[in-house]
Amino acid sequence: MSYLSVTDADREAMLAAIGVSTVDELFRDIPAGMRYRQELAVKPALPEAELQRHFEELAAKNVVDEVCFLGAGIYDHYVPAVVDAVLQRGELLTAYTPYQPEMSQGVLQAIFEYQTAICELTGMDVSNASGYDGTTVAADACFVAKHATGRAKVVVTEATNPQVRQVVKTYAPGFGLDVVEVPHEGGATDPDRIKKAAADAALVIFQQPNFFGVLEAAPDLAAAANDAGAMPVAHVDLVSLGVLEAPGAYGCAMAIGEGQSAGNAMSYGGPHYGFLAARSDYVRRLPGRIVGETVDAAGERGYVLTLQTREQHIRREKATSNITTNQTLLALAGLVHLSLLGPQGLRELGETCLALAQHAKAELQKAGLELAFPDKATFKEFAVRTGRNAREALAEARKKGVYAGYPLGRDYAGLDDALLVAVTEKRTVEEIAQLVEALS
Amino acid sequence: MKLIYEKSQSGRRGIGVPQPDGLDVPEVPAELRRKEPPRLPELAEPEVLRHFTELSTRNFGIDTGFYPLGSCTMKYNPRINERLVGLPGFAQLHPLVEDDAAQGALELEWELEQILLQVTGLDAVSLQPAAGSQGELTGLMLFHAYFADRGEDEQRTNIVIPDTAHGTNPASVTMAGYKLTPVRTDQRGNIDVADLRTKVDEHTAGLMLTNPSTLGLFDENIEEIERIFHGVGALMYYDGANLNAVCGISRPGDMGFDVVHINLHKTFSQPHGGGGPGGGPIAVREMLEPFLPVPVVARDGDTFRLDYDRPKSIGKVRAFSGPFGVFVRSYAFMRSYGPALREMSEVAVLNANYMLARLKDTYDVPYERLCMHEFVLSARTLKREHGVSALDVAKRLMDYGFHPPTIYFPLVVPEALMIEPTESEAKETLDAFCEALIAIAREAANEPDTVHSAPHSRPVKRLDEVRAAKEVVVKYRFDDHPAVEGAGDRQVEAQKGV
Repeated sequence: MSYLSVTDADREAMLAAIGVSTVDELFRDIPAGMRYRQELAVKPALPEAELQRHFEELAAKNVVDEVCFLGAGIYDHYVPAVVDAVLQRGELLTAYTPYQPEMSQGVLQAIFEYQTAICELTGMDVSNASGYDGTTVAADACFVAKHATGRAKVVVTEATNPQVRQVVKTYAPGFGLDVVEVPHEGGATDPDRIKKAAADAALVIFQQPNFFGVLEAAPDLAAAANDAGAMPVAHVDLVSLGVLEAPGAYGCAMAIGEGQSAGNAMSYGGPHYGFLAARSDYVRRLPGRIVGETVDAAGERGYVLTLQTREQHIRREKATSNITTNQTLLALAGLVHLSLLGPQGLRELGETCLALAQHAKAELQKAGLELAFPDKATFKEFAVRTGRNAREALAEARKKGVYAGYPLGRDYAGLDDALLVAVTEKRTVEEIAQLVEALS
Repeated sequence: MKLIYEKSQSGRRGIGVPQPDGLDVPEVPAELRRKEPPRLPELAEPEVLRHFTELSTRNFGIDTGFYPLGSCTMKYNPRINERLVGLPGFAQLHPLVEDDAAQGALELEWELEQILLQVTGLDAVSLQPAAGSQGELTGLMLFHAYFADRGEDEQRTNIVIPDTAHGTNPASVTMAGYKLTPVRTDQRGNIDVADLRTKVDEHTAGLMLTNPSTLGLFDENIEEIERIFHGVGALMYYDGANLNAVCGISRPGDMGFDVVHINLHKTFSQPHGGGGPGGGPIAVREMLEPFLPVPVVARDGDTFRLDYDRPKSIGKVRAFSGPFGVFVRSYAFMRSYGPALREMSEVAVLNANYMLARLKDTYDVPYERLCMHEFVLSARTLKREHGVSALDVAKRLMDYGFHPPTIYFPLVVPEALMIEPTESEAKETLDAFCEALIAIAREAANEPDTVHSAPHSRPVKRLDEVRAAKEVVVKYRFDDHPAVEGAGDRQVEAQKGV
């Protein structure tokens, strides 16, 4: 086996030093009835060249050559080559969590820079080093809010990503929380409904732009939550934050989201990263790793994992979370992408998405299709009515080489004919013409 | 070294964005529009690449050298796996495509599950959990669902955990809404069965156990433990953090465990990326299968699909079917080994025992036994006689070009040094590391100041963690950032120390 160095001579010498005569003796503490004496019934080993071929064959069974207008939380944004180059640096790729800071200044400083970028984008004071994805950070936010407010109710808008809501509902019973969903009205959430629902809630989670791509009256939603003494938590798209206001600027207590849009390939759903940022009031309640600046014994600047008394390895059953492994490498990808874009690039990226999506809406309407929420401003995604079952429309479009969107009937009653169409900066005017043709 | 924000110059940028001709940018309503631009770095592309390359030179990974961090299974990460995960058919696949467009991905997930079933000796798998600790939490949610289905959920409130457990176990217990019942470790490093008997009753929902334990010891009483828990109708959870010791040698299902999580980033070589990603699939016994998270991968003849129609499911713990890129790498790793996964574990255990044999006369050994894939030493005597602690030893190891082992864990061993070599290392590397530890013990007696003030060869000296927790600086503050004298002036001499 080419990943192993041990030779027969090594093995003999090592067994002699240990004082046993066979490798099998090393396992003498395992009760005989629990030893597995057969060969593992798995397929035979593949040498590297055959491994490559096997995986190429598997990859070829996936369909990735249709023009992608599918979004619904994961987006076909461009990933710069420099991101790949950085991620393949073995010193970063193959390091563990930076428990020994003197060995890990590279990763620690990168996380500190990532935390800064997330705080800048969201208008928050503190960010953790990442959560698993855009769904689990919502559950994390619930845990923070429960302990910060002493309340036991979660309000989440129905226009929030259905998978985020599902994960919150799965976690909630263990946290001792009840979940209440506030329905949308014509694709957006009514702040008055939030105000009523939030009366005894720990937090209110809403998405901006929401799952339909619609721009919510986010400042009004945040104000409604604040008025009721609940923590407003905005679930946002990093790529939108060059053009859309930062949640911290309109009164949110926390900002969370899926980071895939920045720096990560779609990769059938992961691994990606979730981000979680908060006002400084909550810094000691946050889950996960946080990197802080300090000095070394010579007075020079350096970085360490900090506020670890929140964490499981110190606090055990009283910890703010059980999270240990997170998504540092993917968050680093996000940082590299954002560093390449800079403030101007990020704004342009948002504007290109806005312009292309607007163009797609207009062209679809010209072709006689109706928007599901025609009077609503949107960002890079919108819902269009296909005039028939949306899954059928999707199947027809795919025959013409276009993956036209996400059938909203999977999650929402009354939208069986609607497709959620995402338009990233990778799409072109020509591809939008193909979309229109495919859906007409 | 400067922060990337300190290298920023207004007007520079590192990548262009497509600007489609002739399209207007629609107005964002004024109250929703960004007022102040985010202060992201402004650098040209070459400087961005150099910045992160320089950061990498201030970091140490398995590619750099030996990384015997106990309980973390820092094994070689094959480079072929990185190439495979980047194949466009995987990387560019959207997770919400209809199943017919994802047959290769689903087949891969299904095949990965088959290997996990073999290794664990159980009946069904969910790939969804994103990491070991999320696997733990998911497993405990399954406990709730199973007992609720039997009308016993209200009655069974407690989870038993030994004092050697990772902190994630008790933290998961709290997050799942259970109460913790701790149990002691006995003189041989096993669960204290007498203590256990007093703590398991009809209120017990189950046990969480790492076996071999964080002491690197296989619990010799596991058969008795199994009888105690199953005897009262409770369930058993296997924390798979140490599965690297027993692949093909002993299966958690055969030990009596009902739920197992597998750390794909440990046993099956997903590179850990400085903190993640990981993968924490769980394997379960048949009676727990109806409660698994949705979706699960189903096979109908030659085609595969994601099955969401599972009325008893606990729901979802993460988006989609799981961290797919992790599955690609781990499945590739498993296919590289085939049935020799057993040899992988054998060599991991051989390496650990060899190191233990070489070091047991120099450091204290808390339990006089053979170890499994890792072992725990104590620097108690060094501390008492020379004032040199486990922390000092760890820092000094850096000067010898090694990543230190895990220290001060497990909590039951004072001045603990927890060493896990994995199967990846050559005997010469193990020898060099042992000789370094022996040399440091000598230094502790002869020149303790050298050890106290280590490391001497890293980009920074020992860092003030107390200050970091007191004067909390967790982001760059631009013009208001606290100044530190001499920041970033010292040059890095060498990556690997002396």
